Amino acid sequence: MAIKIGVLAKQVIDPEMPMAAFRIDESSKKVVPPNIPPVVNGFDENAVEAALLIKDAQEATVTVISTGTEFALDVMKKPLSMGADELVLLQDDIFENTIDSFLTAQLLVAAIRKLGGFDLIICGRQASDWDNAQVPLGVAELLGMASISLGKKVDVIGGKVRVERIIPDGYEVVEASLPSLVTVSNELGQPRYPTLRGIMAATRKKPTIWSSADLDLDSSQSSSRITLRDLFVPVSDQDCEIIEGEDPADSGRLLALRLREDKVI
Amino acid sequence: MADGTGVLILGDTTGGELGSTTLELLAAGQKIASELGEQLSVALLGDTLDVPAQQAISHGAQKVYAVNHPLLAKFQIDFHLSALEALSKEVGPRIILVARTNEGRDLAPRLAFRLGVGLAQDCLEVSIDSDSKTLMANRPVYGGNAIAVVSCDQTPQIAAIRPKAYEPAEEDSSRTGEVVSFPVELNESLALTQVVDTVIEEAEGIKLEDARIVISGGRGLGGPEPFAHLEELAKLMGGTVGASRAAVDSGWVPSSYQVGLTGKTITPDLYIMVAISGASQHMAGCSGSKVIVAINKDAEANIFKEARYGVVGDWETVLPALTTALKELT
Repeated sequence: MAIKIGVLAKQVIDPEMPMAAFRIDESSKKVVPPNIPPVVNGFDENAVEAALLIKDAQEATVTVISTGTEFALDVMKKPLSMGADELVLLQDDIFENTIDSFLTAQLLVAAIRKLGGFDLIICGRQASDWDNAQVPLGVAELLGMASISLGKKVDVIGGKVRVERIIPDGYEVVEASLPSLVTVSNELGQPRYPTLRGIMAATRKKPTIWSSADLDLDSSQSSSRITLRDLFVPVSDQDCEIIEGEDPADSGRLLALRLREDKVI
Repeated sequence: MADGTGVLILGDTTGGELGSTTLELLAAGQKIASELGEQLSVALLGDTLDVPAQQAISHGAQKVYAVNHPLLAKFQIDFHLSALEALSKEVGPRIILVARTNEGRDLAPRLAFRLGVGLAQDCLEVSIDSDSKTLMANRPVYGGNAIAVVSCDQTPQIAAIRPKAYEPAEEDSSRTGEVVSFPVELNESLALTQVVDTVIEEAEGIKLEDARIVISGGRGLGGPEPFAHLEELAKLMGGTVGASRAAVDSGWVPSSYQVGLTGKTITPDLYIMVAISGASQHMAGCSGSKVIVAINKDAEANIFKEARYGVVGDWETVLPALTTALKELT
């Protein structure tokens, strides 16, 4: 039987944008979207890749689910052009305050249930906007399933998921019975590039778009868990002393002398 | 929001002693417990807790909940979650502090969701808003480009504190406190995951997190070979070598070398950054360094805004000259 894989992916402001372009609107406590297109969160592209690697080896379907207020369709179709089968977009103004992971996880769980559940859910370790690293583990907790985080290799063998997960001094191999949730990190490796055939297929595919009204939510659990009080850009007051010799080699020599002189070494 | 009372710290007892991150939580906890005028307690989970319990008290805990069970001897998330859920419901703390360690980064979100409350993740600083007795947490977001101040709307308010964000609490062996045993019922069937193998691949020598001198290389090195020059300099200075995410992603060094938001947090006395631009996500892991030295050929690189000393030049020229000069000095 085909393994049903769900991938949670988020559209984010391109984290590679020039730092000078990073600005915050103080009154709305929001990052001002830069004049460049958004991207699929990098770790979530790793999650798509992990799902497709499983699909390369055995029969599997890959459904990508995303939450947001507004989607750039050509951006969010990238996982489809890489080889995913379906795209489900949960589009609602409720996601304006995505720092509240509880709300996001609840809506994702409702959508996952409406889709009939998955054998394996794969997510990026964290999103490059709020760096919260909570939604995947929250989804696992709400669904009562095992979660294995920081995977760099994910295999499905005999009804179990087997994950090489990163630990500070190496990695450990962890197993769990399906259904389970796994988060992956950049160590998984470069996500594949979309093929021309993939891009053509993705163009023809229509995403399923649901709002919170389409989902079965427990209203008793809808109160907020986290409030954003302030958002600001930290100021660095560091004055850098540029050590300048006659040439770069001389600068290197003078640097050593200065570090000694200032008792840094 | 229903009121709880007191500050409860989740302690780390790996190796039979109170872990260093717990000492840091005790420093943060003492501050907010005294702002609240409430009790500071520590939860210890494991199978040999006498030594860490006394250490917790001498470092400022007024009460220790000793959750003793053979299945808690090693970290297994489902056992720990089950025990902590029972303890939290029984004790009813206002605030729970967790260290965002390898274990804490899994435990804290799952505990918050299990208790149906919010979590302030990866905090650099926590304080109490005196009117509402609400925990205010500063945390880096957008890869460290911005700081968000968040508060939790439900009780218990849970915060995961970044390791090394606080100095460890001071020891005072004259302190006294109460150790209370908290029995839990656990069985093997609770465990949803099994560790089947552990592979250690860290470089020999001083651990990156503990090193007083760290020399890191980045994308600008162009390949794995230049890391040999960094190793030579590190050996000479008694330091260790790290790397940027770009260097790890390129496969030049193992991921255990990575410094940054998704790598290791380091706080050395001297941090020498070679051919690293200084993106926020890297700085998020090294901003606690006492002195940063940047060597980069791009005079416009962000790192020159963060470093104390800088040399604008190609590492291939600067690094050998620096190494030779240091040899002459020693």
